[in-house]
Amino acid sequence: MRVVSELKRSFWVAVWFMLLTFPIMVIKVDPYEKLIFWRWKNLFLVGAGSFIISFAVRFLMAKTDGRNNKKKHLFGVLQRYLPPVCLHSPRIIYFCLFFAGSFIVGFPFLFSAYQVNIMTTALLYVVLGLGLNIVVGLAGLLDLGYVAFYAVGAYSYALLNVHFGLGFWMALPVGALFAALFGVLLGFPVLRLRGDYLAIVTLGFGEIIRLVLENWNEFSFGPSGIANIPKPAFPGIKLSMDQATLYMYFLALLLVCFTIFVVNRLQDSRIGRAWIALREDEIACQSMGIDRTRTKLSAFALGATWAGMVGVFFAAKTTFINPASFTFLESAVILSIVVLGGMGSTVGVVIGALIFILLPEYLRAFTDFRMLIFGAVMVIMMVFRPQGIISNVRRSYRFVKPDHEAP
Amino acid sequence: MEYFIELFFSGLTRGSIYALIALGYTMVYGVIGLINFAHGEIYMIGAFTALIIANVLSVWGWPAAATFLCAGVGAVIYASAYGYTVEKIAYKPLRNAPRLSPLISAIGMSIFLQNYVLLAQTSDFMPFPALIPDFAFMEPVAHIIGSSDLVIILTTFIVMILLTLLIKFTRIGKAMRATAQDKKMALLVGVDVNQVISATFVIGSTLAAIGGLLIASHIGQINFYIGFLAGIKAFTAAVLGGIGSIPGALLGGLILGWTESFATGYVSSDYEDVFAFALLVLILIFRPYGILGRKETKKV
Repeated sequence: MRVVSELKRSFWVAVWFMLLTFPIMVIKVDPYEKLIFWRWKNLFLVGAGSFIISFAVRFLMAKTDGRNNKKKHLFGVLQRYLPPVCLHSPRIIYFCLFFAGSFIVGFPFLFSAYQVNIMTTALLYVVLGLGLNIVVGLAGLLDLGYVAFYAVGAYSYALLNVHFGLGFWMALPVGALFAALFGVLLGFPVLRLRGDYLAIVTLGFGEIIRLVLENWNEFSFGPSGIANIPKPAFPGIKLSMDQATLYMYFLALLLVCFTIFVVNRLQDSRIGRAWIALREDEIACQSMGIDRTRTKLSAFALGATWAGMVGVFFAAKTTFINPASFTFLESAVILSIVVLGGMGSTVGVVIGALIFILLPEYLRAFTDFRMLIFGAVMVIMMVFRPQGIISNVRRSYRFVKPDHEAP
Repeated sequence: MEYFIELFFSGLTRGSIYALIALGYTMVYGVIGLINFAHGEIYMIGAFTALIIANVLSVWGWPAAATFLCAGVGAVIYASAYGYTVEKIAYKPLRNAPRLSPLISAIGMSIFLQNYVLLAQTSDFMPFPALIPDFAFMEPVAHIIGSSDLVIILTTFIVMILLTLLIKFTRIGKAMRATAQDKKMALLVGVDVNQVISATFVIGSTLAAIGGLLIASHIGQINFYIGFLAGIKAFTAAVLGGIGSIPGALLGGLILGWTESFATGYVSSDYEDVFAFALLVLILIFRPYGILGRKETKKV
């Protein structure tokens, strides 16, 4: 009986979607030739597709509802048992770390240069995600213009190289510094703003940086961008194309390790705890004597620093940059990495970045549908798992029973 | 002086369109506190639907007035249906989720809708038929303000008045205000909150569709990407005026329109958007809650 009513509802859902998508999916007009194409096949596809999806979702939901009591739901199991098992058994942690580490290190020797390039990009996004995680995940400041700092880093390397011939290693700290400076610059005016106002101002800031880069031809070479940016040099040796890729990969890997190390240390530091406190309750936080201005500015500056460094890496990796690489979509992707991975959780962000960058790359088979699927995955992920892949585990103290009681 | 007046009216037209779209943002934000990033896409879909209907009808040889009417009505109906569906799919399951989740879902929806139109239709710019005719009585002033400008400005003001009346005096308007103030309390006194939220999305999408229809026939071409920038600008307008406030959306839209228009006319057209965003940052520094926004006092 239940199945029949569910089928009926799915049927109406299908009808609704067929009506909804009718003009855009079925009709295609050619305004120049005054022709109309009717693509009835699409109507059928939409109807069948939405019927099946709707029914599948209902079916799965019903199943989950029934099973939830028995705690047999897959995610439930993972959520309930995985973190404690992982977190409290060092052997499993070490094993996983060892396995993942050896895979990552061995990766370039197992796969082609093309794959290594993609992996390098993914690693850079890991760092970007971790950097934004400081701002959004820890300090709770919604930043929609993070890509601006990334652009600042990339352009400082490119421009310093063009004008003063500065090398990669010199540009790295300079780019980071510039980005941090811009972070503070953005941070000052927005200190007083609340949540969503902050979001739109950061978005505006990101757009301003991009538009200035695009239009100020004398300074940034405009939309045509800057080409022939040198790759990082290995002291003493001239690297071939493949070797340079390999070198870049390991540098990126090093950057990731460094970032994870620093971010983890930051989280437990005085300032990290201040960020988390600020995120939870601003008023309580201030009344505990935490300097709001300094805490917020440091979050912006530190977050921006990583973006700046990745910017320098990015410029060196692609050897060509133009403003089109730094659009709002990029900010949205980085933010999605943080949120989908799980805000405030380092492991989550790493996994999120890898999935998010590798997924579209390997979806190239469906090139046309790539972004469509990307958008859909974002919605679906949020609907079914809003806290992200790995939700942040709150720091807690565990009482461990001493093995041998003192007599 | 004439140049100034010309810029003034072009800014007014732009501002009206921004205001129409901004209303959707402001209403949704007021009711559920969500930045509906997919709103710009609803506007784009409205314009596309109008384009398709208008073309089909003109091929079938319908008279211009009927074509205009059908395209307009179709755009409004379809856009509100899309708004309703988007809310049901992407936001309703996330009512009680962490604050950032609906935002990500909205960004995802926006990417999805853009690519949906891109794949189902085309990535090229499509010529949009001039649905608004040139009025004879506008002839003497046509070099300053065109017929379509006049229609846009008038429509915006009429819509604005109707909306204000709706919010102030009708049952659903009252329910909306109640929900905006306190969702839980509204629920307790018997307001069907889900229905109110759906209604908000439908009304917002309707306004966006009207905006889409007007601007498309004003500019004369559309593609799948027009929703993005318009959406961001309109959101900027909403924030500028104080998000959640309906007169604020109008004021913000107009200020933004004039800023862009004058900056383009007197300074440089390259930096049009830079001026818009710079203005936003400036205003928010001095009035962190927007021009007409009220400061929320937080009780501890």
